[in-house]
Amino acid sequence: MTNDFDAVIIGSGPGGSTAADVLTAAGWSVLILEKGRNHLINLEDPSKLAEDFSNDEIKFMYRHFLGPDPLLEPKTFRRSPEDGDHIHVGEVNSIPTTVGGGGTHADGKTPRFLEEDFELLTARGPIEGAALADWPLTYADMEPCYAEAERLIGVSGDAEANPFAAWRSGPYPMPPGAPMYGAVLSSAAAEQHGLHPYPGPTAANSVPYDGRPACNNCGFCAFYGCPIHAKGDPVASLRRALMTGRAELRPETFVSRILHANGRATGVECIGPDGQPTTVGAGHVILAAGAFETPRLLLLSGFEHPLIGRHLMFHFQTFAFGKMPMRLHPQKGRAVTHMHDDHLVPDADSMAAAREAGLPWFKGGMVEHGGPAHPIIEAQLAPWGSLHKQIMRQSDMREHLWGFTMQGEDMPQFINQVDLDPSIRDVRGFPVIRATYQPHRHELVASDYYAKKLLAVLETMGAEWAISHTSPNPDGSDVAGFDSPISQSRHVAGTARMGTDPKTSVCDEWGRMHDAPNVVIADSSLFPTAAGYGPTLTLVALAIRNMRALGSKP
Amino acid sequence: MRHYADRGNQPKQPTKQPTKQPTKQPTKQPTKSCSVPAMAMFFSDEEMRVITAACAILIPADEDPGAVEAGVPDYIDGFLGAFSFDPPRIWAGGATSGRFGGRPGFASFHRLTAIDELAWRTRIEGSLGRPEREWNGPVVGLQELYRDGLVALGPDFADVDSTEQERRLRANREFTGLLYDHVCQGMYGAPEYGGNRDLVGWRYIDFAGDVQPRGYSDEEVSQP
Repeated sequence: MTNDFDAVIIGSGPGGSTAADVLTAAGWSVLILEKGRNHLINLEDPSKLAEDFSNDEIKFMYRHFLGPDPLLEPKTFRRSPEDGDHIHVGEVNSIPTTVGGGGTHADGKTPRFLEEDFELLTARGPIEGAALADWPLTYADMEPCYAEAERLIGVSGDAEANPFAAWRSGPYPMPPGAPMYGAVLSSAAAEQHGLHPYPGPTAANSVPYDGRPACNNCGFCAFYGCPIHAKGDPVASLRRALMTGRAELRPETFVSRILHANGRATGVECIGPDGQPTTVGAGHVILAAGAFETPRLLLLSGFEHPLIGRHLMFHFQTFAFGKMPMRLHPQKGRAVTHMHDDHLVPDADSMAAAREAGLPWFKGGMVEHGGPAHPIIEAQLAPWGSLHKQIMRQSDMREHLWGFTMQGEDMPQFINQVDLDPSIRDVRGFPVIRATYQPHRHELVASDYYAKKLLAVLETMGAEWAISHTSPNPDGSDVAGFDSPISQSRHVAGTARMGTDPKTSVCDEWGRMHDAPNVVIADSSLFPTAAGYGPTLTLVALAIRNMRALGSKP
Repeated sequence: MRHYADRGNQPKQPTKQPTKQPTKQPTKQPTKSCSVPAMAMFFSDEEMRVITAACAILIPADEDPGAVEAGVPDYIDGFLGAFSFDPPRIWAGGATSGRFGGRPGFASFHRLTAIDELAWRTRIEGSLGRPEREWNGPVVGLQELYRDGLVALGPDFADVDSTEQERRLRANREFTGLLYDHVCQGMYGAPEYGGNRDLVGWRYIDFAGDVQPRGYSDEEVSQP
């Protein structure tokens, strides 16, 4: 097969877009294949951005505008093989399927990992039942790439504000944006408990940046595309790659198979918007479809490494919310402006609690301060009938609820995996992803411990009442409801982990598959551990590092 | 496995088989604009009376307008009859509505790709025994769920007293749950979809709605 492109890139999210940017800068020709529609950028004139995103709760929250449509592309879930083939068909981790991928819907929290996140096994020691591993690189290796990633996508933040942050070579490209009123109050309460809240690093412009405007605080941030492109989604890297003239982007194109033989990929088979299969030859295949779709495509393509799809990690989310006496207007602002990282770092008290629970240690995760903002979801949780409008006027949920979401670190476990469902198919007839997942006891113990601390902060903030719960709820029986055993977290990782030993990892330290080195993975599938931070900035930095190494080779 | 449109594709088995054809084909002439319909796109006049009566119970008027006054029955009718419009009334456009400046882009609905039309027709109309809609088995569409739900509420629903209406709504919990989800969307969603007429849903809860391109000032974000 002849090479139509130096590389074909599968997926246009943060990883794929970064790969396109770096490789085109190195002179490569690339073809980006994206399964979803394009609502991000004008493909005929990449200097122009699309005007399809909007402040529309129906479109984004109820009609799958960013995809995937669970009817076209369902996923399935089970807690363990004891559940049978699956206990749920439909939405599971519906990270967007659209040009820009998961970068379009996120509220843009872009923290770096800590130094010890790259050597967790060495730093903290093993935990029984968890396949902990050090990363095959260090924070020092990553720091220049983190700095470049922050410049590339545009991150606002305060380099001096977080005492737990890893060292950095320079300031953030932009100062923090306006703090939300609720976050001002919750930060003050957290400080009374000895915690260290700070303006969360956010990929939303606080000032005009890179030809895009400053965020105007419209409040439709998390789960929405940005109407004015102030958010640091992959638009910057995609635009730059396309404007080199060496990148082509084909939306609505599903890659069904990576073609490979004798340890080398030769190209891909794909199905375009006309429904017709075609073949594209390429010297390299860059796989950036996310930690669900990447292992799916590897399995559909016949790759046989036994760890493909294994070690699936989410973030174990702990929610603590309280009803405040004052109105907090959380619909004004960029969804989350403040965080605290105290629960990422074990201290003497948490170590004692861990020992009491029979664990050597535990960690939580970054804690986001925020509240629900929009009326349809509030209304659906309110009762119908004569009380409905009274409850909507008083707005206990939308105007008065404030709280914390802890993105707790999830242990990598061999038993947790994505594979191909034996019976459910997507609209094109291909087997869909099946997630098999249950949390480790580490997550449950850590969540229980830190939830109490978060509830205490809410009490100090003035909460009239406060509650906590988790996602997933391992005991939950309502798979499609509030107490679901299916994680709500969109943060997934680990399903093609990297390492130096081909027996214990799918990819090497540069993201190249051990079994086919010209297949290079550029998403969070590579992560050996999930850390307690959102994955986006780290996967972008990793893609910069790995693609630059790839692009520098003749 | 069979699926229920818009209900999370629950794995539980249905108790009723889907019909192979819709029990009633829409007979209204399609319109070409996406403005609020002057006549029902999907429901018959009798069905519209029942839906309207149910909306009046679910979100009643008090000193402020309720779901009926907000046009919620038209929202639901417009959704179930989305393919009577060109483009289908599924996704309102962007990036602004014009309410806070900018052009009125919401009013120009997005065109659907072929695969998206397949999804939304299947979700709304059901699979109707067509193989191209049954890649994972038959799908019961929203139109059929509504027709069955309205039958369960009774043809005299609009004529009985409110106590009886409430009793029937509570007795048909699954349908009422579906209906209430859509009533909330119609009451509090963007008016371009046919509900929230004159922004009554947003006004009485003091919600500004879509605020682009104005947004909020830093002071509005940070101060009480």
